[in-house]
Formats: sequence, C-alpha cells, structure tokens
Amino acid sequence: MSKTPMRDSVLIVLGGLAAVLLTRNIWVMLTQLPHEAFQGAIFRIIFFHVPAAFTCFLCFLLALVAGIVYLAKKNLRWDAFAVSVTEVGLAFGAINLISGMIWARIIWGIWWTWDWRLTSMLVCWLLYAGYLVLRRAIEETTERARLGAVMLILNFSVVPFVFFSIKWFRTQHPQPVLYGDGKMDEIYRSMLYGNWVPLLLVAAVLVALRMRQENQQREIDALRRAAHSF
Amino acid sequence: MSDSEARNFEYLAYGLIACWVILVAYVLTLVARGRRLSRQLENVQRMMEDREGK
Repeated sequence: MSKTPMRDSVLIVLGGLAAVLLTRNIWVMLTQLPHEAFQGAIFRIIFFHVPAAFTCFLCFLLALVAGIVYLAKKNLRWDAFAVSVTEVGLAFGAINLISGMIWARIIWGIWWTWDWRLTSMLVCWLLYAGYLVLRRAIEETTERARLGAVMLILNFSVVPFVFFSIKWFRTQHPQPVLYGDGKMDEIYRSMLYGNWVPLLLVAAVLVALRMRQENQQREIDALRRAAHSF
Repeated sequence: MSDSEARNFEYLAYGLIACWVILVAYVLTLVARGRRLSRQLENVQRMMEDREGK
C-alpha cells in the first residue's frame, strides 16, 4: 500500500474523533452544564474562546520552532510546516477574536474596546497575517523561506505579551481564571480543557492537509522548472 | 424564559455559529487551493508531455 492512503486514513480517524468529541461536548455544555451565576448562558462561549486562543498560541509557538529550525538546517519542509501552522493558527485566532466580541456585546454592551488584551491580540493576529502577505510578495523560494522564518521569530515576541497582558495590566478583559489567583469551578475547567482536545485534533488535521498542499506546490514548481530547462 | 435570557442564548448561538463558519471558510480555502494545484499539475504534465513529444 502506498504511503498517502494510509496517511489519509489517519487524518480521517483524527477528524472523525474530533467531530464525535465536539458533538458530545456541545451536547453536554448545552444540556448538562449549569448557567454561570453572573453571566448566564453566554458564559459557555468560553469553552471555544479560550481553547481557540490556546490552539492559536500553540500554532504560533510551533511556527517559531519551525522558523528557527529552518534557519539552522535550510530544509524547506520546515518552511512548509511554518506556513501551515501559521495559517491554522490565524484561523483559530479569528475564532478567538470573533467569539470574544460576541461575548463582549452581551456582557459589556459593546463589541470592542481598545483594551490591552484585545488590542495586543489583534496586533498579534495582524502581524502573523503580515507574514502570509510577505510570503506572497517574494517569489524566490529560499529567500521567501529565510525572510519568513525571521519574521516568525520576531512576531513571536508579541505572544507572551498577549498571554500575560491581563496579569500585567488592569484590563477590562476578565483576569486570568486558569492560573495565578484566578479560580474556575472544576466542572467548567474540565469542559474547557476537554473541548481543547478536539480543537487540537482539528488543527492537526488542517495543518497536515495544508502541508501536503505546500509540498505539492513545491513539486509543481520543480516540474515547471524542469519543463522550462528542456 | 426572560428577554435577557433569550438574548443570552441568541448570542451564544451566534458565537458557536461564528466558530464553525470560520473553520468551514478555512476548509473551503484549502479545497479551492487543492483544486488549483491539481489544475496546475495537469498543465505542467501536459507541457512536459508536449516537450517530450517534440
């Protein structure tokens, strides 16, 4: 059997598992979890908002590692991995931002405020989107990979700032409930981490699919060069 | 159910729908890119066959 169908089956299993877990989690959070005392039903958005942020930051961390390894080894597979995790990280970052805005509309009465956490997350998202724009602007493959890797390393400097901004500054955004002095009821905490698992599975499947496309693009470019060299 | 509770549930639904819409939109971009790559591969293969034919 060839290698690709086996990898396909792994992706299908992971995707199916994610779908089952997400369905189960949504069912439990809508029918069995009690309303949060002050926020009511809208509190449940946290079970997607926070795991999406964790997934986004994990993707950006992996992109940082991929960028460093690319600069050290000059292997384009790491460049393909970097662009794949960055794209998927941006999708989850968008989920985090949009779901947060919807929550804010109910709890704060406004869609957006230029608060440290919200602003830094938006800037972070835009910086990583800028990485994708930069890649489109550079045609030469190794130059694109090199400059992209440097930009990923620089971009990551914003991520700890986003993560700790609610601890370092007085913000309108709620203070941390998962670390430090913050508290969250165990039933909510287990749902939050429990919902992160399927989101991670979805992210893994998307990264694998995107990497496959990036490798395919490189093969096409190589064939094109070979065709022109006849 | 009071008006504020109903509004709470309504916005929760918007939030969940937004999450799925973003994921589906990204998957659709992957599908579109996959189709474009398949077309490019066919074109390059055809080009190589033409050149080998000459």
